Amino acid sequence: MKSFTYERATSVEAAAKAAASHDAARFIAGGTNLLDLMKLEIETPTHLIDVNTLGLDTIEATSEGGLRIGALVRNTDLAADERVRRDYGLLSRALLAGASGQLRNKATTAGNLLQRTRCPYFYDTNQPCNKRQPGSGCSAIDGFSRQLGIVGISSSCIATHPSDMAIAMRALDAVVETVGADGAKRSIPIADFHRLPGDTPHIETELKKGEIITAVVLPKPIGGKQIYRKVRDRASYAFALISVGAVIQPDGTGRVAVGGVAHKPWRLDAADEDLPSGPGRVTRRLLLDAEPTEHNAYKVKLVERTLGAVLAEAKG
Amino acid sequence: MKFDTPATQNPIDRMTVVGKPIERIDGQLKTTGRAKYAYEWHDDALSYAYGYPLGAAIAKGRIRAMDVSAAARAPGVITIVTSDSMPDLKTAKRNTAKLFGGREIHHYHQAVAVVVAETFEQARAAAHLIKVDYEETKGAFDLEASMEGAKKPEDGEPDSAAGDFAPAFEAATVQFDQTYTTPDQSHAMMEPHASIAAWDGDALTVWTSSQMIDWWRSDLSVALDMDKEKIHIMSPFIGGGFGSKLFLRSDAVLAALAARAARRPVKVALPRPFLMNNTTHRPATIQRIRIGAGQDGKITAIAHESWSGDLEGGGPEAAVQQTRLLYAGANRMTATRLAVLDLPEGNAMRAPGEAPGLMALEVAMDEMAEKLGQDPVAFRILNDTQVDPEKPEKAFSHRDLIGCMTLGAERFGWDKRSTRPGTVRDGDWLVGMGVAAAFRNNMVMPSGARVKLDREGILTVETDMTDIGTGSYTIIAQTAAEMLGLPLDRVAVNLGDSRFPVSSGSGGQWGGNSATAGVYAACVKMREAIAQSLGFNAESIDFADGMVISGDRRVPMADAVREVPLVVEDTIEYGDISEEKQQSTFGAHFVEVGVDIATGEVRIRRMLAVCAAGRILNPMTARSQVIGAMTMGVGGALSEELAVDKKRGFFVNHDLAGYEVPVHADIPHQEVIFMDETDPMSSPMKAKGVGELGLCGVAAAINNAVYNATGIRVRNYPVTLDKLIGALPQIS
Repeated sequence: MKSFTYERATSVEAAAKAAASHDAARFIAGGTNLLDLMKLEIETPTHLIDVNTLGLDTIEATSEGGLRIGALVRNTDLAADERVRRDYGLLSRALLAGASGQLRNKATTAGNLLQRTRCPYFYDTNQPCNKRQPGSGCSAIDGFSRQLGIVGISSSCIATHPSDMAIAMRALDAVVETVGADGAKRSIPIADFHRLPGDTPHIETELKKGEIITAVVLPKPIGGKQIYRKVRDRASYAFALISVGAVIQPDGTGRVAVGGVAHKPWRLDAADEDLPSGPGRVTRRLLLDAEPTEHNAYKVKLVERTLGAVLAEAKG
Repeated sequence: MKFDTPATQNPIDRMTVVGKPIERIDGQLKTTGRAKYAYEWHDDALSYAYGYPLGAAIAKGRIRAMDVSAAARAPGVITIVTSDSMPDLKTAKRNTAKLFGGREIHHYHQAVAVVVAETFEQARAAAHLIKVDYEETKGAFDLEASMEGAKKPEDGEPDSAAGDFAPAFEAATVQFDQTYTTPDQSHAMMEPHASIAAWDGDALTVWTSSQMIDWWRSDLSVALDMDKEKIHIMSPFIGGGFGSKLFLRSDAVLAALAARAARRPVKVALPRPFLMNNTTHRPATIQRIRIGAGQDGKITAIAHESWSGDLEGGGPEAAVQQTRLLYAGANRMTATRLAVLDLPEGNAMRAPGEAPGLMALEVAMDEMAEKLGQDPVAFRILNDTQVDPEKPEKAFSHRDLIGCMTLGAERFGWDKRSTRPGTVRDGDWLVGMGVAAAFRNNMVMPSGARVKLDREGILTVETDMTDIGTGSYTIIAQTAAEMLGLPLDRVAVNLGDSRFPVSSGSGGQWGGNSATAGVYAACVKMREAIAQSLGFNAESIDFADGMVISGDRRVPMADAVREVPLVVEDTIEYGDISEEKQQSTFGAHFVEVGVDIATGEVRIRRMLAVCAAGRILNPMTARSQVIGAMTMGVGGALSEELAVDKKRGFFVNHDLAGYEVPVHADIPHQEVIFMDETDPMSSPMKAKGVGELGLCGVAAAINNAVYNATGIRVRNYPVTLDKLIGALPQIS
């Protein structure tokens, strides 16, 4: 871990401003991912801005009938919230499928969206990795890639976004609210929030320098059967090989987002439209441009079969 | 004490303390955090510095240059010891990979420097500032690609044969020929390797985490080129080892070198990724098994060949070992071949040989049973043997595989297993049952102990035996209490200190039987010393309730102690008796699995182990050993694999997020049954090992259950869903 300076933020605006004024500042909330990465010197911030002092830890109803989830609401509290459990079951289920009880007690809503990939080469500073060290190359493409991305990937990076929560947020059309270094507020639809790797895999979100997440807003409830199915090698405490988050209405229409296949939660309008025609068609749409490696080719079939099980459960 | 005739009636047979399910006597120390582990020794008189190791960034090559200037200037740095600044340290005979020194890099994360600083964080940060210029050379990292060049190892007994396999196999009515693979596996114990080294002049004390105190002491003296007698090793508590701590590792060497350079005591813990790439692992194997049988199911020919790899000068994984002894068959052969690979050192991991060997053999037996149309339990019973099938003149000392199989089948409800794979459904789960035989040889090792009796009547046992979480403290206390007729709370046990008599140590499941036999020997001497002190005839006295009894005379044992405590010492040693009969342990594993019909996720539903392992000294700690081993078997079957990057030459998933061992949610109800037996050929304790037996065969039983559930046979471990997904039935 490299030495860094530290401050406690006094306001959202001050935090954003402070972050913009340093070359390599990071906000720290739960620290469940950042601290590990700092110890390994994968993240080397020179300045930390502790945002735990900012409040932003409540869940409030919006005038549109949805929920505004403060950036610092802990994963445990979010999953347990009565309104979330009643109206956004997908979100509760996705959260509870992730990490462990201890981690969920610390991890925050905004931090969850910003967690880094679990590609093993990203974690080994001896190995080339374009995400960790732009321009150094990708070791994963011709290396061990069993858990890595198959769609939306690039020749620079095949990492996946590891969040379960983000899959639910994507299916629920959440909106990320931010404040910029200049104090300006903006709302970023979750669909646009995470980027594909392209040739800049180190840039993972649309956030600008200093910009801070203040809340994640859920639109009004859409009902339907809400199912999150996470597929993994062991029964708990493992990142998804793939996951399927779906909201299925009684008439068979709905939405589906897939995790563990791309650099961001993977959802396509065309695939949603095909939901009534069954998992085969939807998967073909979703993974039309898939370019799996020898190690992760199984994910194509796995998505289709898992989606099939989810749709069957929704029907039943 | 020389053990050279079968044990007869002795005080242990009373079984008033031995054989009882006694909670571990060190349990409270551990649950309250008072048991000090290697990294936790804090002596106020010592001013510790922290050492952080740097591992090689390449798999093979040499160091051209090292630049430590930035690291040396970093805050808090006291000194830096670099590999290129000294010649290769001498490699002790039990190590393959060199632990430090020189410019040659033989494997990834080989230690190339240790940075010493005032705090752990400063040392770690400075280690990242060291720049190493490497000259990389091409290495061999792919076992399959290296098979052709694999050679017959020079040491041990790589090959064996009896009868004439080839023609017998050719002539067999039913023939079976398959190849299996098992991956590299990591010990992945909770406590990483850690050492504190402190010099006092030319004398060295090392607090460490070692299964074998005397081996470490000897090998450290070789590595440091110093007098063994000047080294003091302390390792009273160990947070798991599974074989990874059998042999001296770099943490102890780095701590000693760093402490010498810093002129201060230094602590070094290996970072988690070092466990996978700096220390040892269980090597991957490729195994070919051929079985020939008559229509009646009797095996007439059996062959097992295994290939594994290791660094130059290393050894093979002895995966064919159990096939020499487990089943009958007049015509047989085994062969072991070793390839040179430039991956980290392969070496012993819990039940080396048998654990991966049975992963293949016991699936082959399942496949053969099906081919013959026989029940897998019945097929194994039919081919039982009471003699070493390669040397029919040599009988087993005691063998009850049939008893384990029969009782297990009955208790598990084996008769409810569908003989048609893929036909049992429970909701979204395909359900199946599997069985495998468990087999592990019983090794015995010389083991010494010292016992002291003080005036308060407290008996203290001292031996350099280790407790790696197994319960050594407890069974040693039970043994001493039984021998001297004392309640358990009158017995103190001190372990893991090189100032104590050399013991068997913990490994190869020999520790429980051997170390208690050493304590038995010392206690026999103590009984004589007490008798002599009290003027009793040693032949006719009894020890019970803290009293020494001879006819009508009852004297408190403490009366035997005059001014100074009574102290005696002895070592159990074995004559030819351990060679007269084949000593092995046996068992049967039964497993029921569910396989998600959509995703292919495999989850265990229930498990049963039946073990025949001589006298069980403590059924509670023995059960804990076995359920832990069964859990390890679940990992071996379903998730554990060190992924080899065949281009860059290292194990990629080098942390506990990437190397998945089972979590609580993976482990359902586990049941363990111990056969009520003794083996008088093993030692005066009449006990055998059980800690590794519990692992042997588990993965095969799971794999066989997956086949029974799905009809899909996976011959490349681990049995992960990507190997099932393409063959699972269509779902609507």
